[in-house]
Amino acid sequence: MAARFSSLRLRALFIKEVLQVLRDPSTILIAVFLPIMLVFLFGYGVSLDTSAVKLGLVQQSGGPASLSLTSAYVNSPYFEVTQSNDKDALFDDLTAGRIRGIVTISSDFDRLYASTGKPGQVQIITDGSNPNTANFVSAYAQGVHAQWLLSESAQDDSARSGGIQILPQFWYNTALTSRNFLVPGSFAVILTMIGSLLTALVVAREWERGTMEALIATPVTIPEFIITKMTPYFILGLIAATICTLMAAYLFDVPFRGSIFALYALYAAFLLPALGQGLLISAALKNQFVASQVALLTAFLPAFLLSGFIFEISSMPTWIQAITYAVPARYLIPPLQSLFLTGNVWELLLPNIAILLGFGALFFILIFRVTKKKLD
Amino acid sequence: MAGPAFATWPAWARMKALVIKELLAMLRDKKGRITLVAPPILQLVLFSFASTLAVENADIVYLDRDGGTATAEIVQRIQGSPNFRSVTRVASEKAMEKAIDEQQAIAGIYFPQGFTADLKTGHPVPLQIVYDGRRSNASQIVNSYLGQIAASLNLSLAAARQGNGLRAPSEIVPSNAFNPNLEYMWFVLPSLIAMISAITTLAVTAQSVARERELGTFDQLMVTPLRVHEILIGKSIPPFLVGLLNSTIFIVAAVFIFDVPLRGSLILLFGAIVFYLLSVIGVGLFISSLSKTQQQAFLGTFIFITPAVLLSGYASPIDNIPFWLERISLANPVRHFIVIVQGVFLKAMPLMEVLANTVPLIIISIFTLSAAAWLFRHRME
Repeated sequence: MAARFSSLRLRALFIKEVLQVLRDPSTILIAVFLPIMLVFLFGYGVSLDTSAVKLGLVQQSGGPASLSLTSAYVNSPYFEVTQSNDKDALFDDLTAGRIRGIVTISSDFDRLYASTGKPGQVQIITDGSNPNTANFVSAYAQGVHAQWLLSESAQDDSARSGGIQILPQFWYNTALTSRNFLVPGSFAVILTMIGSLLTALVVAREWERGTMEALIATPVTIPEFIITKMTPYFILGLIAATICTLMAAYLFDVPFRGSIFALYALYAAFLLPALGQGLLISAALKNQFVASQVALLTAFLPAFLLSGFIFEISSMPTWIQAITYAVPARYLIPPLQSLFLTGNVWELLLPNIAILLGFGALFFILIFRVTKKKLD
Repeated sequence: MAGPAFATWPAWARMKALVIKELLAMLRDKKGRITLVAPPILQLVLFSFASTLAVENADIVYLDRDGGTATAEIVQRIQGSPNFRSVTRVASEKAMEKAIDEQQAIAGIYFPQGFTADLKTGHPVPLQIVYDGRRSNASQIVNSYLGQIAASLNLSLAAARQGNGLRAPSEIVPSNAFNPNLEYMWFVLPSLIAMISAITTLAVTAQSVARERELGTFDQLMVTPLRVHEILIGKSIPPFLVGLLNSTIFIVAAVFIFDVPLRGSLILLFGAIVFYLLSVIGVGLFISSLSKTQQQAFLGTFIFITPAVLLSGYASPIDNIPFWLERISLANPVRHFIVIVQGVFLKAMPLMEVLANTVPLIIISIFTLSAAAWLFRHRME
């Protein structure tokens, strides 16, 4: 029986895998083009920053109070206001999605505002078909109104301007640029893609093409087989991570405040479970189409949805939160964002690296168990 | 196969034979059958429950140098709000900094000495709150929650000072059209129909030719009397059926399981689905004829679907992206179809608006299908 490891065999097999990766033109696509495209997309295409929302405004009154309220809306940086007297036409725009809300200042607004009876009414209708935007429009339309009310009354009623005034400070991202956390967060998605999705196909491919049988006939041992399958993709992953990091720092001006050493330790620690998961899927399923779909579902989508990258984990239902503990990307994102924006927060870095290595070990144990050198 | 007779079959019969072969290849083994049904359902569950941008269960720390009633009142109001999970007192600035650095809390409130006494004077009193800017989106939302608590406290303080003679001269009445209670599911489910049917349809189409190439059976297909356009049509029908089945399942699930109102015309919706699927199949065939291996086809699928989903207006509003990227996203079928499917479901979108969004789909599908056909012929020589 052959020894468990032989440097000669390892080298031969490694050369075979490297050649296979290099000869495939899609390799360049994976290691270079894909990270560039994805970082670009997340940097430019996804923004949670509050930009001006299109708002329709109907002013049925014409007095001084309603005019000054109207200009408060027009001057608000949160809204891009279209004024119209035709409420039905504005509602058609709301249906078509051309505007996101309608503010109506009623015809008796000025009369009621001046009198001491009922208050003058302002109505705000949002486009509820998108709840996030609707919440935003509703909150900011009310905010503009409250601010206007305060400034109107401040002249004659000093009591109203008193009270608590919150002075918020946003640490580590003072300008509140969502890009600063979305771009590092997107690396989790990109590395999962290279690590899990592409490796999910590599062992299944050998089975499908029948070359696995040829490999089985050689004295190659399982550990040699797995190590040589993994290494080229590990290197591709590190190249991609480097490209991502450089783009974040130089194209998107995301600050980097941690140490490079810690950063690469984290990348390497994350690539192990990512590659492990892909290889496990591939070894267990032996069919490329099925493996690709399973990898998509169990690796890519969780990295995108359940990692806390865009959507807050603490806001999810409890049973979904429980699932997120099994998603490796969840442990990458907080230390990664901290390395960029805060610095070396060891209390975040070390436990998360340890957990990622634990996941990696678990996947590799499972791979050894499912990879058998025999034919069914 | 009936050898020479096959060549004399009418075109439709030859295509039918190919379609049957494709369907058999797809449904033959158990794993393959499960793959067509299970992933869309899992995606439905994941997306619909996980993709919320709301912030609940936020953790707050505070440092109390005041010890007065106003501080206690604010802490109590935060504890009473459903948006917060915990409000923990810390002993020092250092502890507050540590809690935020290690992401144990999203915000820290600093109540200065004399806070309660200052409030009683009726002057403005600053209250410093620090947030974790690494989660700037969630931080801003938490800031707005805390702002509401402060505003309502200010109002009751002012009322107390003035002896209740306060009348608001104006009030604002918010309401939400199409979705009065802002049910998040009403937004998610229609959008999911667009995304999941595209993902499945594209994956099936892109793999079909690439698989034959990789296994070498493509050459066998080429020596049959099937003409190129017949192969293309034969390869398109099974993914089309898969996409149609998926979207139908989701429409039924949205209406009957998740109680999303379907207010518009189902006929208009299915009319749009046909062109939506065709445009996606065109992209799939294009990727498939470019790929030599399934791994390449899978990669191509990804390179298309990731931007298509990201630039669809689902994850972040189209209005937020730069103008040049917004122009590019006009070529994205998912973007147009999401408007239609949300509009038909919630807004009872009228015919003209549906048409206005279907025309781009028709143009995109003509373009992608002819590009695929051209490439297919081109690559065979």
